[in-house]
Amino acid sequence: MRPVANHPVEAGFILPGLPHPLLCPEDNPGWQKIRNAFNRVRAKIEEINPDLLLIYSTMWPSVIGHQIQSNPNPEWKHVDELFHNLGTIPYKFRVDADFANEYNKLSQKRGLHTRTVNYHGFPIDTGSVVVQKLVNPENKYKAVILSSNVYADRAETVVFAKAGVDALQEQNKKSVAIVVSSLSNRLHEKFIPANMDKIHSQKDEEWNRKMLELLGEGRLEDVAQLSRQIQREARVRKVTSFKPMWWLVSVMGAHNCYNGEVLEYQPIYGAGAGVIALTRAEHAARNLEFDEEDPEKFAGDRNVLSLSAESLGEMSSQSTVSHNPEDNEEDL
Amino acid sequence: MNVAAGKIIAGALAPHPPHLVYAENPPQNEPTAECGWEPIRWAYYEMQKSFKKKDYDVIVVLSPHWQTYIGTHVLAVPEFKSLSVDPVFPNLFRYHYDLKVDVDLAKQICDEGKEAGLEMQLMQNPDFRVDYGTIISCHMANPDWDKPILSISSNRSTHYYSPDYMQGISIPLGEVTRKAIEKSGKRCLLLASNSLSHRHFTKEPPIPEDMSYEHIYNHNQYLWDMRIIDMMRKGQSQEILDIMPDFVEQSVSEADSGAFTWLLSALERPTYPAKIYGYGTVIGTGNVVAEWDCDTKGAEQ
Repeated sequence: MRPVANHPVEAGFILPGLPHPLLCPEDNPGWQKIRNAFNRVRAKIEEINPDLLLIYSTMWPSVIGHQIQSNPNPEWKHVDELFHNLGTIPYKFRVDADFANEYNKLSQKRGLHTRTVNYHGFPIDTGSVVVQKLVNPENKYKAVILSSNVYADRAETVVFAKAGVDALQEQNKKSVAIVVSSLSNRLHEKFIPANMDKIHSQKDEEWNRKMLELLGEGRLEDVAQLSRQIQREARVRKVTSFKPMWWLVSVMGAHNCYNGEVLEYQPIYGAGAGVIALTRAEHAARNLEFDEEDPEKFAGDRNVLSLSAESLGEMSSQSTVSHNPEDNEEDL
Repeated sequence: MNVAAGKIIAGALAPHPPHLVYAENPPQNEPTAECGWEPIRWAYYEMQKSFKKKDYDVIVVLSPHWQTYIGTHVLAVPEFKSLSVDPVFPNLFRYHYDLKVDVDLAKQICDEGKEAGLEMQLMQNPDFRVDYGTIISCHMANPDWDKPILSISSNRSTHYYSPDYMQGISIPLGEVTRKAIEKSGKRCLLLASNSLSHRHFTKEPPIPEDMSYEHIYNHNQYLWDMRIIDMMRKGQSQEILDIMPDFVEQSVSEADSGAFTWLLSALERPTYPAKIYGYGTVIGTGNVVAEWDCDTKGAEQ
């Protein structure tokens, strides 16, 4: 088994993309806390010092397969179509165009319909702009931004993520993976005073807490497995499925061996804004029920009903999981 | 109140696939095409002739691609000049626009909506980029751009709740739009910027305008489109509103945006026939170009 450090994605982050923490954090203590948590993410990224930020944004929908931003220096004055009253966000980013092209090429090699976009004035989505402005404000790191295909389901999303790992390996680059997504995403239907913000409903709150509990335990694969239920229970159905956890777990490794850290959780205009960090762990947490002994090799059905302490100790899912993507390749 | 002076002179279904502007090759658009989607473009030509004969002050458009999840928003900056790049089809649509907005009418519609209990907001940020649905429908309806426009956002209530809930917002929005226009003293042309059935192909041919690839996504959608068009021909607007939730859900219609409902409501659910200029598909979606003439009320047909 190879050492943990072999995987090209060193950490993953789940970050909200609504503009309030960037444009008006002072208007609500919760928005300020989210802003502060972004600062901690920034510090964590600087510790890792990646070659690039790999950003999958649920706020960039695409129809013709997936799109990959490849303009080396996109520049614009962005205004959110909903929260335009909060102001304008001027931006100028650095995009790793070589990597974007590689990602596109290797996605197509895996049978996907993808394309790069390199056009002046292309409308980069609010979420990608907000996240970059907050975690990479001086453009220290190049980024690559990926769309979320509205028609894609699990298989397409998983393969798309794997193509990202292929590209990182091909170019021998170290990355952090960033998902731009709220947890529950239902906004208030009326404009509210900033100090009146809260999660839209108790149901959304309960689902957010469940997601945070699992992610805090590092159980990324378990959250990914819940994606369809999360879509039904806690997401406005703008798209066919809740995909970001499928992408994140596939780009990082499809298991639960992570250290999860919930840096903050607050409402932003009714939506659940979680700032969550996932780093690699040598062992999964104890006493967790997994669907498989080993997600890479089938070794028979598990008896999850009558485990003894002894058998628990031998469970492969409780043991070291390879973080080398070459060991984890699976056929879909 | 000058009730007699203000008037909606016509309403139209004016869908906004960027492919249409791409195929037109106007100087404002950077990409160029050899041809494509002629039946829909020719339909637009006929509608343009009709509009040219009319005396009107403003084009009011409700666009599915200005998507607001909190309330309905109205453009309220006098002028916009910028570049619009379609986020889905950037290879086809990179359009340099320069347009004027009727801010007074925007404020009147906003005020009227608030009075009726709707959540409304003016969009007053001068850096705002006008959505491509607004631009494409307005370009195809009036390529000379010699009239001011007014763009109304699409409240995404279908996604939040259901098409029924969407109608609960779009019907009163149409009513307040009509009232505001009547009070304004202006003569207005209304555009609902939506396709009918709206399931896209997820792949694009190597030459986007290669029409050998173009057809409806599936037969179910075609049947729905023809059913709706038949009802439009018969002046069955109320019946269209009645089946709108089923139409939206079963054909993945872009009427989910509320634009079609808003239009029929603003036109007071016309019982006279719409003039159907043409129908065609764009990357699998169904698009009809049609006009309700409020003066002739379909008498010429």
